[in-house]
Amino acid sequence: MAKPYNPVSAADYLPRHLLQEIQLKRLQNIVKHEYDNVPFYRQRMDEKGVKPEDIKTLKDIQLLPFTMKKDLRDTYPFGLFAVPMSQIVRLHASSGTTGKPIVVGYTKEDVESWSNCMARALAAGGVTSTDIIQNSYGYGLFTGGLGAHYGIETLGATVVPTSGGNTERQIMLMRDFGVNGICCTPSYFIHLCEKAQEMGVNMKDLPVRVGFFGAEPWTQEMRERIEALSGIETFDIYGLSEMSGPGVGIECECHCGLHIFEETFYPEIIDPDTGEALPDGERGELVFTTINKFGMPMIRYRTRDLTRIIPEPCACGRTLRRIDRISARSDDMFIIRGVNVFPSQIESALLSVDSAALPHYRITLTRRPDGLDDMTIEIEVKEEQFSDDMQKMAALQKKFSHEIERILGIRAMVKMVQPGALPRSEGKAKRVFDLRNAK
Amino acid sequence: MYLKQLSVFVDNKPGALYAPCSTLADAGVNLSTIFLADTKDFGIMRIITKDAEKALAALRENNFAVKTTNVLAIEIEDVPGALSKVLKAMESKGLNVLYMYAAMGTSGKPVMIFRFDDADQALEKLSETDCKIISSEQFFAR
Repeated sequence: MAKPYNPVSAADYLPRHLLQEIQLKRLQNIVKHEYDNVPFYRQRMDEKGVKPEDIKTLKDIQLLPFTMKKDLRDTYPFGLFAVPMSQIVRLHASSGTTGKPIVVGYTKEDVESWSNCMARALAAGGVTSTDIIQNSYGYGLFTGGLGAHYGIETLGATVVPTSGGNTERQIMLMRDFGVNGICCTPSYFIHLCEKAQEMGVNMKDLPVRVGFFGAEPWTQEMRERIEALSGIETFDIYGLSEMSGPGVGIECECHCGLHIFEETFYPEIIDPDTGEALPDGERGELVFTTINKFGMPMIRYRTRDLTRIIPEPCACGRTLRRIDRISARSDDMFIIRGVNVFPSQIESALLSVDSAALPHYRITLTRRPDGLDDMTIEIEVKEEQFSDDMQKMAALQKKFSHEIERILGIRAMVKMVQPGALPRSEGKAKRVFDLRNAK
Repeated sequence: MYLKQLSVFVDNKPGALYAPCSTLADAGVNLSTIFLADTKDFGIMRIITKDAEKALAALRENNFAVKTTNVLAIEIEDVPGALSKVLKAMESKGLNVLYMYAAMGTSGKPVMIFRFDDADQALEKLSETDCKIISSEQFFAR
């Protein structure tokens, strides 16, 4: 169903040539800003022999070096900031390897630009200033909570900042406040629906009509399940803290791909192996340049998300190009309960408990019928760790799970298995078995 | 005076007991006693055999996690209250039993195998009682 036009969405409908003109000006501006203010980038560009003046067309972006997640770690905490701290008004951070998170900084204008994108995302789902939106993304260092919060306020709708957790109260507030829309992870929403049923509340009887779900991958099957449970319309929202947070891309009422807010986040698709840019329509790794962010701009940031740019224009009339729903990644990172996890983080947690030897381990991700995800870590027991004393074995198991929870902030089931029990693979070990979408 | 017990880590899944047992069979190891403790996730198989060294080598070679532990064998009378009497003696000495299980004695009398927190302390304290501790030689005498 077509949504009423909202003035906040004006930029969604710019003629392509105008949009590209804006993109080029912004790109040239941001590259110069980076070159002048971030020694790390200047060095990278000098190594490639490229100067800001070399960016004459949008295609010239391909001359620029990539930025990787590792670069953010290596420059922790503020090495990639492009303005003095006096101009930074907010910091966010994501979970990181061995306790070192990835830090992002925003100027006042960056927060405004981000809030504007998030507001347009909500508007694409038909939210207006008369709506009450419950924001169940976690508030804090994670960009989800505050990102959605500012977007809802920018749009002029009413935000109910529940953050995550306390599910029964969330349901009570949804009912009592007459909440029209919700922002959270898709798995948490399924949990909400199930809990509501237990409490004798039928989601379908509530005024809630729309949900913005992101921060973790989800499938068409989950969408159908959510819609069957709650009767709401669901919108896939894409974002990552390196760009700003939620609100980099959004589904429109057509529900076929996610529009990218291209005047703010310039997308490219590249071959993840060679780094070559690929034409629209071809599948590869999604790369973004933040062309309207000044506190900590990202030039050609490799998201590791695999998708394609959909070349055809969308029936909704937006001129913003779309990407396919993200279904895979080019590295081994996975997302569980909204948390980005690299197997290397789990490895270092295991090592910190027992530095004697790196155990063979396997991570299995499963989804319960109620939509919540579980992570099981099987660890092959080493003779040095093994004890005839059951209590010592239980204590060891507990130590592993505590350490994992300390580093990742989420709980995992740790299971000790016999040496040799886990399958060995030739070459690079396959550590992660994601069974969440297995039929 | 101790018996040497082998503990083998085994998965809690079908066929998990067969693997170590067939390894021991192939090595020609004769088992005197076997006792299994299990949890939701895994089990510990405890074995007493005369051929402990051979068993240990065979299990290690086949990639099992194995530990050796000193346990005490105590012969009891085959009458009601015999075990309780032994346990009473242990309690009076302040000894903490981690676990126990029954074994076949050569004299026809039952033998109980005990694992303590501290085997040396247990041996010392129990020798002051009338508990009949069986040596390895006596236990395996055929």
